[in-house]
Amino acid sequence: MKLMIGFAIIIMGVGIWGLLTRRNLIKIVLSLSIAETGLQVLMISIGYIKGRTAPILDSVVGITDAVHKVVDPVPQALVLTAIVIGVAVDALMLSYVIRLFAKKKSLDISDYRDMKW
Amino acid sequence: MIKRALALTVALLLVWMMFDMLINWNAPKDLSGVAREYVEKEPHQLGAVNVVTAIVVTYRGFDTLGEVTVLFLAATGVAVLLSRRKKEPKPGKKKYRPASEFLNTGTHLLSPFIVMFGAYIFLNGHLSPGGGFQGGAVIASGVLFLFLVFPNFKLNHLALNWLESTAGASYVLVGILGLLLAAGFLDNRFLPLGHYGALLSAGAIPVIYTFIGLKVGTELSGILENLKN
Amino acid sequence: MTEILLILLGIGMVGAAIMAVHLKNLVAAAVAGGIVSLFASVVYVVLAAPDVAMTEAAIGAGLSTAIFLYAIKKTREQEVEHD
Repeated sequence: MKLMIGFAIIIMGVGIWGLLTRRNLIKIVLSLSIAETGLQVLMISIGYIKGRTAPILDSVVGITDAVHKVVDPVPQALVLTAIVIGVAVDALMLSYVIRLFAKKKSLDISDYRDMKW
Repeated sequence: MIKRALALTVALLLVWMMFDMLINWNAPKDLSGVAREYVEKEPHQLGAVNVVTAIVVTYRGFDTLGEVTVLFLAATGVAVLLSRRKKEPKPGKKKYRPASEFLNTGTHLLSPFIVMFGAYIFLNGHLSPGGGFQGGAVIASGVLFLFLVFPNFKLNHLALNWLESTAGASYVLVGILGLLLAAGFLDNRFLPLGHYGALLSAGAIPVIYTFIGLKVGTELSGILENLKN
Repeated sequence: MTEILLILLGIGMVGAAIMAVHLKNLVAAAVAGGIVSLFASVVYVVLAAPDVAMTEAAIGAGLSTAIFLYAIKKTREQEVEHD
């Protein structure tokens, strides 16, 4: 599905741009999660085959001819795990943000220069 | 200004690189290689109706085990990072604005059914869309409703930790049983495959997904509670 | 027909993503990030991936937004306390 791949690439670009230009720590984490969503849409669009249905082999699809009726299940399995890991990593990054805020009472990334070389 | 232009250049370069890939990309007409094998042989080998579930639980079971480990480590990290702040003096029990009538009544009515629906999702993971991860997330959203209505609601940590560690250990144990009694680690065929399409079928897949669902549900609830306090 | 639906959803996703990156108000930005995930879950249903759609709707649009809102609340609450 070329159309959706195009949109997914634009969303990834928006996320990366936000990641590089925003100064607020929570905004940086949010931009990263948006870039991640774009990547997931990209992978699902690559696995899609026009005119086919979901890889669930119930009585409607049937076992015998399923190969010609369903979309690619492998990217779906990969994205499934990627989403769950994504939210766990978001939570970990946000708890780092909360700890940093408790230290300096600021969410601006330019206030945290003491760990910079 | 220069920094901003540099950032824009990097983002545009990435987008351009991927658009280049998109222009030369041909939409697949048929399943290729490994996907074809999975769809063709899965019903006879493993007996799960949902092919995605079979891939997640059995064919790529190691991947899922690693993912559950990452989730566990992230939940532990959140707990370690945020629990230290409890030593700081707290000005008594905070007063919260009471939840609105709609949220209150809705939660009282719906939260048992939300948790039950989560259990339904992971028990039917091999038959219909859904599975352990989705069911666990639905259970955690039921817990989130409780947090929204009762801000001082406390989870029972002893029971939660016990449930989580038992589910994780049982998951690995089922994997080792597959190694001993069937073809390999996390193989589901040491239990009978049963009738294709029945609730108790597909060998150990419902068992494994139940453990994953309990583990994911308790871990996500723990993350939510740590972020709340 | 599905193409029109996908174009509308894609435009909505790109718009919500730009809003999430640009809005000054953090709560509004977090909600815009949730909208990106919500539209993505509809896209997954159209692209024949119901498993992923369920995960994205429950985790991406639900729990992830809640986690962001809790983090915003915690960083804001302390700012007021120490002013």
